Amino acid sequence: MIRWLALLMLFALPAKAEEIVLGLSRDEVAITATFEGSDILVFGAIKREAPADADSQLGVIVTIAGPDQPVMVRRKDRRLGIWVNTDAVEVDAAPSFYAVASSGPMRDVLKDTEDLRHRITIPRIIRSVGAEIDNSLDFTNALIRIRAGQELYQVQEGAVSVDQETLFRTAITLPANLTEGDYEAHIFLTRDGVVVDDYVTTIPVQKVGLERWLYNLAHDNALIYGLMSLAIAIASGWLASAAFSLLRP
Amino acid sequence: MQIYLPIAEVSVNAFLLLGLGGIVGILSGMFGVGGGFLMTPLLFFIGIPPAVAVATEANQIVASSFSGVLAHLKRKTVDLKMGTVLLIGGLIGSGLGIIIFNYLKSLGQVELLVQLCYVVFLGMIGSLMFLESLRAIRRAGQSGGAPVPTRRKHNWVHNLPFKMKFRVSGLYISVIPPLLVGVLVGILAAIMGVGGGFIMVPAMIYLLGMPTKVVVGTSLFQIIFVTAFTTMLHATTNQTVDVVLAVLLLVGGVIGAQIGTRIGVKMKAEQLRILLAIMVLAVCGKLAFDLLVMPAELYSLGAGGHS
Repeated sequence: MIRWLALLMLFALPAKAEEIVLGLSRDEVAITATFEGSDILVFGAIKREAPADADSQLGVIVTIAGPDQPVMVRRKDRRLGIWVNTDAVEVDAAPSFYAVASSGPMRDVLKDTEDLRHRITIPRIIRSVGAEIDNSLDFTNALIRIRAGQELYQVQEGAVSVDQETLFRTAITLPANLTEGDYEAHIFLTRDGVVVDDYVTTIPVQKVGLERWLYNLAHDNALIYGLMSLAIAIASGWLASAAFSLLRP
Repeated sequence: MQIYLPIAEVSVNAFLLLGLGGIVGILSGMFGVGGGFLMTPLLFFIGIPPAVAVATEANQIVASSFSGVLAHLKRKTVDLKMGTVLLIGGLIGSGLGIIIFNYLKSLGQVELLVQLCYVVFLGMIGSLMFLESLRAIRRAGQSGGAPVPTRRKHNWVHNLPFKMKFRVSGLYISVIPPLLVGVLVGILAAIMGVGGGFIMVPAMIYLLGMPTKVVVGTSLFQIIFVTAFTTMLHATTNQTVDVVLAVLLLVGGVIGAQIGTRIGVKMKAEQLRILLAIMVLAVCGKLAFDLLVMPAELYSLGAGGHS
């Protein structure tokens, strides 16, 4: 058995004849007061020792994932004539943002078994265990649908362009409603739908400047923050009143 | 111009917020309501997380009420003594309200309760005011502008002990009814996340028999303190006050409140009341409609974690 495994290993090793060399247009994203979203250009090359295998189909998949968060998905139902939240399913971990771009149709560049192992497509990345409702799939589908509507979940089949089987590039748009955290850019290289190499890098997304300062103050010195908010409110109320009595004596 | 809100963690159009603040500010100055019952649902609608919307709205109401009350103080249309009595009741009430709110939260369905509260109270107050103002306007028309018979009849309210003189309002009544009004408004304000002016104004007119001119300023005076208290509570317990959002809303709001106060002075009391009634009924209708009609999206997302 062990001998068989070792043989398999030997067989598997030369398969990594192709490797990803990666570049990113930016290695961090700063959320400023006027943040309107951001484009990240992901580009790279495939390094290989021997000439490319002409018989198998090359595929490149690029994903960018925001931090995982638990999400409560609620469903409304009609009770006594009014629509109220009845059932709820807690999804244990769903990324706050997820974009997946591929060099061709997903079913061509990625086999289902590989997807299951590497968790690449959107339905595979959402973890929901111990759901008490029978049709909890409806709830995860609703989660995907709502997030997709907010451009937080994106699928772009064919958005990765590959030049001469060597150079690849794609642009991923981060929307303005981003949450902070370490975002993970993941690049998969596939041959006939089987992952032959992958590469991970993190892109920190952080508030900066005034945004950072206010956020920290609100959480670390809540009392001072609250008093400051009130002081601003009172001052602007007084200012407006004073300005108007100057205008109309 | 898009602007990223640090606490709400969403990006919104700054001019949209300024405009919303301005419109709600005008209404606030005209009617002496904080405008929270309009603004809070509007903020939900443009995608601000509900917890942030409620907390930030409280902070914004402080600003517009303060601006409004200064204008009223200048014209001496604030009954400070009555305001203080209402305020004492209000602080007790909001303390009680937060206890009730947290209890209902532990039972779930707090969102539904808040909506039902809105529909019931707005509907009741709106229709009462509407009918009463309509009658007053018709009466004024029939008698050819003759003085409207005073509404200040002697009822049970005037037979209670602990009487106190409220000179600005021209009242000599027991402190118990204003205190109770304050408590009730405080409870509702905490549960519904609003200043409570839309409940207090009618209560002052119809229950306490205060003159309409004094009601607006006095209500604003009380609202400042109750909402300031609420803001501090939200800021220290939930960290959901977004100061950037508040500033944008209140820049529009304080200017609007000044304009609104001046419009309000030029209008007849009955007209003012009928307009407020229509507005209250419109919001009520919209909320009831949302509860009755099947929503386009049956599912909604909320923060997970363990509840």
